[in-house]
Amino acid sequence: MDIPGDLRLAATHEWVRINDDGTVTVGITEHAQEQLGDLVFVETPELDAKCEPEQAVAVVESVKAASDLYAPIAGTIIDSNPDLADSPELINDSPYEKGWIFKIQPDDVSDVENLMDPDDYTNMVASGD
Amino acid sequence: MDLKTPLYQSHIDAGAKLVDFYGWQLPIHYGSQIDEHNSVRESAGVFDVSHMTVIDVSGNDAQAWLRGMLTNDVAKLEPMQALYSCLCNEGGGVIDDLIAYKLDDAKFRLIVNAGTREKDIAWLTQHLKGDVKLATPTATAMLAVQGPDAVAKTAEALESMGVDADIQNLKRFFALNVVLEQGQWFIARTGYTGEDGVEIVLPSELAPRLFTALIEKGVKPCGLGARDTLRLEAGMCLYGQDLDESHSPVQSGIGWAVDVQDRERQFIGRDVLYEQKSTGTDVHQVALVLNQRGIMRAGQVVQRSGKDVGTVTSGTFSPTLQKSIALARVNKPVVDGCDVMIRDKPLAAEPVGLPFTKLV
Repeated sequence: MDIPGDLRLAATHEWVRINDDGTVTVGITEHAQEQLGDLVFVETPELDAKCEPEQAVAVVESVKAASDLYAPIAGTIIDSNPDLADSPELINDSPYEKGWIFKIQPDDVSDVENLMDPDDYTNMVASGD
Repeated sequence: MDLKTPLYQSHIDAGAKLVDFYGWQLPIHYGSQIDEHNSVRESAGVFDVSHMTVIDVSGNDAQAWLRGMLTNDVAKLEPMQALYSCLCNEGGGVIDDLIAYKLDDAKFRLIVNAGTREKDIAWLTQHLKGDVKLATPTATAMLAVQGPDAVAKTAEALESMGVDADIQNLKRFFALNVVLEQGQWFIARTGYTGEDGVEIVLPSELAPRLFTALIEKGVKPCGLGARDTLRLEAGMCLYGQDLDESHSPVQSGIGWAVDVQDRERQFIGRDVLYEQKSTGTDVHQVALVLNQRGIMRAGQVVQRSGKDVGTVTSGTFSPTLQKSIALARVNKPVVDGCDVMIRDKPLAAEPVGLPFTKLV
């Protein structure tokens, strides 16, 4: 699966999409879901919570292991995907679309530029994490 | 180590994600371990278990010798019948768990774990006595086909390969031999999933064809991930997690695999085990279910009223129950409930009866 060109990626395998209204949507990459295997529980972040980069804000749990998700940029959590409670496998099947996990109102949307572009992320993964 | 079974290429062709398992390259899954698990519960799945160890025991003293080595009593077996047993040390600790088949009074077949191969062979060899010989066939592969449709679909696959074996009429825990031009097949109505099914030992070079024939009949290839969730749902132990050399079968939920009915039978560990079966043990196995989000995993601490009482030995997410299940070893009764420490938080777990599948 190719990484959509408009996304930016964190080294911890979260992707970020800037929305038209200035908010950002966050999920995990195809590589991450493939490493985790079938997801069974997703603990989405608390709404209205403030978040900082590299702060653990959510948990995805597969049959194999639990994995923390880190906020890619600073801001406020404004939404989380309601479908994940019943269908965590959306993340496995559609990691960049239906499997989005939460949304942030950024303190400064230009912080997204500090993240990797799809090519840099792909190179990072290829070189063995 | 980088051992490959005769089905290595077949796994790759079927889209397997391979992992190392005790030095063997085996599929963890072929796309989704949950789908594979569900296929076994609903229809049929096939597992490559060629890495497991086959030990053939023969000789006029074979039965007497095995009665002295195994906790369960092979004397009660009919020809071609099997039983589950432990191999214990003098202290009653479990060296391995296994299935033993009596082919006849002078010939037995043991199927033991892959990871304990060297240890088991050394132990058995060290204790050989009388007219007994051990052999470990190596030109063989082993497949397990499991599920409500497993026997029917396997029968179709065997027919398509010209193998004439009446597996439909094979009773549970019995085996049959088929001798063909290309070699000998050994088919048993046993399994590690809690479903009906067969386990087949066959010449290595025929394994890829059988694998393909089964898939053509609608059997789903299943990996180690599904194998673990299936066996745990069925309440079956895994050596190295639920069983180890420091604990007895009685302390591990499988005291029933220790047969002390014949008071005259001496076997390694007998005195300790007889004592434990008579008076009971504080340390025992419990089956737990988590009725909230979270997954219990091996190594997590079990608490009762804030005090440590044991450890989870195996834990996972049960696709059939849609919640986490676990086996744990505890030293106090937890009938009224207990907590499992998951990511530093005590989560309430409910003790249940086995198998977990009957809770649906």
